[in-house]
Parts: sequence; structure tokens; C-alpha cells
Amino acid sequence: MHELSIAMGIVEAATDEAERRGVRVSGVHLRLGALSGVVKDALLFSYEVACQDTPLQGSRLIVEDVPVAVFCPQCKEQRLLPSLQSFACPECGTPSMDIRQGKELEVFALEVEE
Amino acid sequence: MSEPRLLEVRRNVLKQNDIIARALREQFRETGVFVVSLVSSPGSGKTTFLEKTLTQLQPRYRVAALVGDLATENDAVRLARSKAPVKQITTGTLCHLEAAMVQSAVQAWDLHQLDFLFIENVGNLVCPSSYDLGENLRLVLMSVTEGEDKPLKYPTIFNSADVAVITKNELADAVEFDWGAARKSIESVRPGMKIFRLSAKTGEGMESYLEFLLQQLSEKRAVAQT
Repeated sequence: MHELSIAMGIVEAATDEAERRGVRVSGVHLRLGALSGVVKDALLFSYEVACQDTPLQGSRLIVEDVPVAVFCPQCKEQRLLPSLQSFACPECGTPSMDIRQGKELEVFALEVEE
Repeated sequence: MSEPRLLEVRRNVLKQNDIIARALREQFRETGVFVVSLVSSPGSGKTTFLEKTLTQLQPRYRVAALVGDLATENDAVRLARSKAPVKQITTGTLCHLEAAMVQSAVQAWDLHQLDFLFIENVGNLVCPSSYDLGENLRLVLMSVTEGEDKPLKYPTIFNSADVAVITKNELADAVEFDWGAARKSIESVRPGMKIFRLSAKTGEGMESYLEFLLQQLSEKRAVAQT
């Protein structure tokens, strides 16, 4: 379970951004790739703990799940994978390791109050 | 109170780890050492496998190992029998190694004096997948006793690895290991992955895996010189 240290990383990144811009943060929007190796529920639970005694205490974590997309060399198209158990084009079945998205672990926006 | 406003920031949470990993990779390139990290479940035989790897490379190549463990130094003691320099990273309650731990552990070593550095991660198939350690090759180890569908249960770590080693092959018959099914599950989560089947205990199959490592080392050095 490494979600607590990830949650602390999120709090640190958001606090730093907030201080630099002189704003108060009420929510943190995170893009979480299916291949990031982070479990969403454990992360949401850890977030509350990580926020304690920081300027982010009481803020919400809003997680946007990012599915894995690979580029299919056969169809010449980017395709979303329905599951992590098969790295193959869902249309034509061609295997692909050309991963175009799904590894994200990114704070992409803050909900702020002036 | 006014409505909250949305402010775009775009910050990678693991940026700090990734920056250190990048610096490590550059340091490994400059010094010419080839770095292999090992990930597996607890009990799949990482330490035995690594001990054999070190012992067999040792006469002709300069090798060293870093071992991550939660609490004990038993693994480092076992590996020290190979006579290779071994350093233990005791992670406490942390379930994985991070680039910063590798960086501080290698500080005392002159990497120019090494051909191979092996990094044994904490036995865990979940957490290590998120952390780049600057390695050149990530090797995932599973034993025949763990079941053919292990890759399907832990697709993230298998997908992030470069090579799979299936070990404890001396037990394959006893546990009715289905090699075809195992190969199919690996191929499904990590198309094109190189797979070695071996027994660290009897030495069967070790040779082609070691040859592969040597080939990787010479390819990397050839690239570094151009």
C-alpha cells in the first residue's frame, strides 16, 4: 500500500501551487491512469489523512479515471483498452505495446477560492 | 462566498522520483554499468535467483547488488556469500524502493568499477510498478508454484517490465505447471515480452538468461560510445 505516500505527494504539489498563486484550495482534480499502479479507493482514503494539519485540510480530491489507450499498428488508430488483461486492439485483435495514455498520475487542476 | 474557480496546474505527482531516476540513468550511462531491477511476489525466489546470477557472473564480470527489504538483513547476508559487494536498503514499512534510496545507496560505490548492478525490490507486485529506479532493464520474476494466471492478476507490473523469468522449473511437473497458459497470459498483458524459463536451484536454463544479460551490456556500451 503506497497510496499514502502518493497522497502526500498530491498534497505537497497542490500546497506548493496554491502558495505560489496565493489562493485557498477547496478541491484537487487528479488524472489517474489505469496503469499508474495506484488504487483509487485507497488513494481517496489516504488523501484525507494526508491533508491533516496542512492548508488543504477539508479539501476534496476529485479523481478522473484515465483508461489505457494504445495505438493499433493495423488499424492505424488509437484505441481504448476495455481491460488491462489484454494489450491488443479491441477491434482487430492486433497486440500493441504502443501505449498512448493510461500512466497518468497528475494534479491537473485546483478548485480555488480567492 | 464566491463559487470556486478551476485553476489548471498540471503537476506530475511522481515528478521528484522521476527527476532522480533520470539523473541515475544518466549516471549509469556515463559509468557504463548495466542496471537490472528485480520485482516479484514475496517467496518467488528472488534472492536465490539473484545469488546464482551473481555467483555465475562473478568470475568474469564485476557485479554488485542492492537489496530492498522491509525489516531484516537476511537477504544481504545470503547474497554476500557470492562475494559480490551487497548493500541492504531497509525500507521499514515502505512497500517499494524509490529512486532516492537507490541514489543514496550507490553513493559510496565507484560505478566505473562495475559491469552489472542488480537491484532487488521489496517482494511486492503492486507498489514497485509506479517507481522508476533509473534501471536499464526491469525483470519480473514468477515461480511455477504461483499459477499461470499471475500476469493477468498483476497486469500493471508485468506490463511495466522488460523481461519475465519463470523460475523453480524443477517443481513444474509436481505442480502441473502449464507452460503454454503462462506464456499466453504474459503475452496478453505484455505483447512481445522476452521470457526465460529456468531453475536457479539446478542451474537449468540459467545460461541463456545470462547470455541475454551479457548481450544487453555490450549493446548498451556500443550505444554509449557512439
